[in-house]
Amino acid sequence: MSNFLDTLVSRQDMIISALLEHIYLSFVAVAIGIAIALPLGIIITRYRRYAEPIIGVTAVFQTIPSLALFGFLVPILGIGSPTALIALIIYALLPILRNTYAGIVGVDGSTIEAGRGMGMTRMQILRQIELPLALPFIMAGVRTATVLTVGIATLATFVGAGGLGDIIYRGLQSYNNSLVLAGALPVALLAIGFDQILKWIEKRATPKGLKT
Amino acid sequence: MIRFENVTKRFPDGTEALKDISLVLPTHELTAIIGPSGCGKTTLMKMINKLEKPTAGSIYIDEKPINGMDEVQLRRSIGYVIQRIGLFPHMTISDNVALVPKLLEWPKTKKEERVRELLELVGLDPAIYMDRYPLELSGGQQQRVGVVRALAGDPNIVLMDEPFSALDPISREQLQDELRNLQQTIKKTIVFVTHDMDEALKIADSIIVMRGGQVEQTGTPQELVDNPVNEFVRNFIGVERINQKRTFGERKLLEFLGLFSTGWTGDAEKISADSTIEEAFFQLDGSSQDHLAIIQDGRIVAYANDRDLLKAALAKETGVLA
Repeated sequence: MSNFLDTLVSRQDMIISALLEHIYLSFVAVAIGIAIALPLGIIITRYRRYAEPIIGVTAVFQTIPSLALFGFLVPILGIGSPTALIALIIYALLPILRNTYAGIVGVDGSTIEAGRGMGMTRMQILRQIELPLALPFIMAGVRTATVLTVGIATLATFVGAGGLGDIIYRGLQSYNNSLVLAGALPVALLAIGFDQILKWIEKRATPKGLKT
Repeated sequence: MIRFENVTKRFPDGTEALKDISLVLPTHELTAIIGPSGCGKTTLMKMINKLEKPTAGSIYIDEKPINGMDEVQLRRSIGYVIQRIGLFPHMTISDNVALVPKLLEWPKTKKEERVRELLELVGLDPAIYMDRYPLELSGGQQQRVGVVRALAGDPNIVLMDEPFSALDPISREQLQDELRNLQQTIKKTIVFVTHDMDEALKIADSIIVMRGGQVEQTGTPQELVDNPVNEFVRNFIGVERINQKRTFGERKLLEFLGLFSTGWTGDAEKISADSTIEEAFFQLDGSSQDHLAIIQDGRIVAYANDRDLLKAALAKETGVLA
């Protein structure tokens, strides 16, 4: 234990910079994942026959072992954070895409028909009815994607993109368990922390009328 | 006035939902469209606000064809109440009711005033209900909100698609009564789709009976009950209901010809087949004959003595029509 604390103190600069890199990687990957998956999720609710194939493709990506995916990307994209980001984005897509689609498709048809019948435009229906009602689902997808990304981002070290994986890897190579722990513990705390923050946002995002 | 002119609706799979329908729905009246499921009644109604488009034919509102009208603008000018209520669960009652005024960009105070006025109209205290959410209300209260939401933009026409069918019988009766009273004050042109004949007879000024994409009969509730044009309409209204709605004395001999004999050769008192059974009893009672000869189109079609008339009277009780 004291060994671990010593490690934390002596390596704190390295740990903090790795932590910041890790947060950066995860955050950017999820943000870009949302930017892609959310509009795509909305679009496939309008063209439902393409929905299954498109969600299927993202599901296939999900089944590729993460280490292998990083490995595949290196010959194509070289090493560095772009490669890591792209791999992480690919993993973040599925939960967000699937939940966006399911959330919007799950909105009660009678509510939408009422909106249409009262003269709302398609955009008004999307923004004032479908998105607010699907928001809890979408947020749940973002949460899953975030926790997943924080975990997988530890592998970014293998493509030279840094992050807390660096510390874990270094610890493993030097048989220094304290160092492994000093890398692994922040990852876990980060995942839990992000999850809690997003849970809070999810709760806030749930429309008031649906909470009864 | 809403006018349908040779309206046909064919679905891509070839089924004809509506076959060459021409109709007039008068202004300020509540017209019920009734028929079994799949008869095209909802499709017909949804054509008025362009939720469905005719394959052929045209629809006119106050003699203006709706073809060329912008559908969003058109819908904002027509109230719409749907079967499963369709309130927006994430919006307050006030926001739900104010939806069309908001789309029409009314000023805030005017919107608020309108919401209060409408909620009071259906007996919901604005102070209590304005800031509630739909799921906090009972089914009956929700549909009251659904009805006034359709009135919010002060439309001339209101479309109602089986609005009360999802409610329990007591709320349904209450809302039917309320709608009838409301209509006395607001005098809108209401198109009311239903499959419930009791409901239609109770609230409608006129009724359109449909089957298989065609109109079987149109008329006031009284006309339908008095003279159903065919077996289908008669069955749809229900023999019992016809009997309930008409007192015995008003029923005509010609309805019972099958119960009467044709083989009498003796003397008989002549009577028109258009006479009521009550009249027949009186005539027979005051006559020296014990048989009536029933005349239709100038010739005798049947004979009836007092026993036959009694049979006709019993037919009323058992619901058997000749």
